[in-house]
Amino acid sequence: MALATPVLAVLATMVFGGLLFAVLGKDPLQSILTIFWQPLFGEFAFYYRPQLLVKGAPLVLIAMGLALGFRAGIWNIGAEGQYIIGAICGAAAALAFYPLEAWWIFPLMVICGGLGGFLWAMIPGLLKVKFGTNEILVSLMLVYVAEQLLSSMSLGLLKNPEGYGFPGSRNLQQYASAHNAEIIAGSGMHWGVLAALIAVIFAYVLLTRHRLGFAIRVTGEAPRAAKFGGVNPARLVLFCLGASGMLAGLAGMFEVAGPAGQITIDFNVGYGFTAIIVAFLGRLHPIGILLAGALMALTYIGGDIAQSQLGLPAAAIQVFQGMLLFFLLALDVLTNYRLRFGAAEVA
Amino acid sequence: MTFTKLMATAALTLGLATGAFAQDKTKVGFVFVGPVGDGGWTYEHNQGRLAVEEEFGDKVETVYVESVAEGPDSERVMTQMALDGADLIFTTSFGYMDPTINVAAKFPNVKFEHATGYKRADNVSTYSARFYEGRAIQGHIAGSMTKSNIIGYIGSFPIPEVIRGINSAYIHAKKVNPDVQFKIIWAYTWFDPAKEADAAKVLIEQGADVILQHTDSTAPQAAAQKAGNVITFGQASDMAQYAPMPRVSSIIDNWAPYYIARTKAVMDGTWTSTDTWDGIGPGMVGIGEISDAVPAEVKAEALEMKDKIASGEYHPFTGPLKKQDGSDWLAEGETADDGTLAGMNFYVEGIEGDIPQ
Repeated sequence: MALATPVLAVLATMVFGGLLFAVLGKDPLQSILTIFWQPLFGEFAFYYRPQLLVKGAPLVLIAMGLALGFRAGIWNIGAEGQYIIGAICGAAAALAFYPLEAWWIFPLMVICGGLGGFLWAMIPGLLKVKFGTNEILVSLMLVYVAEQLLSSMSLGLLKNPEGYGFPGSRNLQQYASAHNAEIIAGSGMHWGVLAALIAVIFAYVLLTRHRLGFAIRVTGEAPRAAKFGGVNPARLVLFCLGASGMLAGLAGMFEVAGPAGQITIDFNVGYGFTAIIVAFLGRLHPIGILLAGALMALTYIGGDIAQSQLGLPAAAIQVFQGMLLFFLLALDVLTNYRLRFGAAEVA
Repeated sequence: MTFTKLMATAALTLGLATGAFAQDKTKVGFVFVGPVGDGGWTYEHNQGRLAVEEEFGDKVETVYVESVAEGPDSERVMTQMALDGADLIFTTSFGYMDPTINVAAKFPNVKFEHATGYKRADNVSTYSARFYEGRAIQGHIAGSMTKSNIIGYIGSFPIPEVIRGINSAYIHAKKVNPDVQFKIIWAYTWFDPAKEADAAKVLIEQGADVILQHTDSTAPQAAAQKAGNVITFGQASDMAQYAPMPRVSSIIDNWAPYYIARTKAVMDGTWTSTDTWDGIGPGMVGIGEISDAVPAEVKAEALEMKDKIASGEYHPFTGPLKKQDGSDWLAEGETADDGTLAGMNFYVEGIEGDIPQ
């Protein structure tokens, strides 16, 4: 049943989304086909399929980290900020050595990106452990701090000296040693995609086979039992926030070095927040997250195609994506609880 | 590796070939940074698109995608348009610059037009409007009408285009009112009604009775209307629904003639890569009707300035002018060259505060 609900949610979204499109005066069947079929099997699928990887990889990478914490009841809402800091650290590491070409620059960027995200997530982590602050609030607020830092970097320290005074760093796509290029040209498979796949496998093993994974699951389901079982809650908080921060930082670093290319004021486009949806859509399960990330990427890419080919407004696509989450949550409630009308009985 | 690359290239070329020859309709794509209903920047670009449809009727097909994030998403949207057979693609935000250049390199037969950028290629033109000409007129009206001598300015991003506007408005406000003071808030967005409204409210609380905006929504207009006795100017679009008060005039972007001319050039096969920067004279920048809230003599002066700018008799950046740090910029009677204006990253003397770094 838990497996069937996501599928049902997708079907319900198709039906009600189709209705919405029909009300807007578009052929519903064609709209749905455009969104779900075109990117995968349409005329230009050779271009869109790799794009699914490009769009989905950061979502999966971030969501995977978040899911570890969510499972244990540790709520890192600030992945967007960790993503930004990872990108800034990664790009800064590369730009510090520009225009030197060396094999070790990219690995250094990976380390700096991951570390940046990790440290940014440590702020809410340590505050929670030491002072009992709420990690939801602190991590969320740090997103806005990170955004300001991003603006400052694009306008100041990391600004392209040859950019005619315009904000934005040098383009890393034109810096061979720092470029997160496709591993196989035309496949969309860049190092971030590989990292996302590794993260999924790693998380799967961790959660099903490792003691730490067991501690995470028990803490989420029965915190008191976990404590009696010898789980150190402080250490778990630091691990979960640190791991998710690191993965978000890595996602940011792979994005800035590859598809985005440069640090700009509006570099972040909300992957950190969308990843929360992906994590829940994927049932906080590694394989589920992989599929959910792919589905989310599909609706984005298909949505853009539907906009330009059928003239659907952007808002309709967003409603469509919103429906997906709505139906999933609604079906969840209906799976776990039975609706009863009438007076409540005394148990 | 080479095989997949070969396949991809072959398919791309095939896509191009069918795109270019299989249809006699000219297909024009538009990539928008905001929603077409923003009532400002994107709205006017969309008006330009509709004008192209009207002008060429059956001979043209236009497509657009709105609210496209700058960065990899825009690159995908442009590629998708090119694959779908677009002959000409307008990318209408500064942040689309590198993506436009990247996609253009992959589709040498598709023409691209990037608004407000500085990177060109054989198949990439750039175009922008001299909004600072309109800002001069705004500054004149604002400086004449302010009673608190505090003018609030909502900046979007500290890029040369926006800084140019601030300088131009300040110079002309100062000319008619030496006591005038500018308060500038950077919103770091082109379109975010909530943020823009907040910025306007803060400025009004700080005593501003004129709000100038370089953001695209009508939220500051609404905030000014609510506060009363605050005047505003329509930005990018006329925003006439807020006339005669608070909106006393506006800067209107009129892209239609340019879009029609460029589409025609593609149809005729005469399209070449150019850099266009037009102002009030050629009609790319329009000044919306000056409402009755403006005193008659101020209105007359403003219109006179408009005519002089249009005819080229007057340049809004005419010396003597100094930079904020007190160093000389333009000597008496000297006018600014386009190169300096294009990369403007300094305030003129008298503006308080720093450009964010």
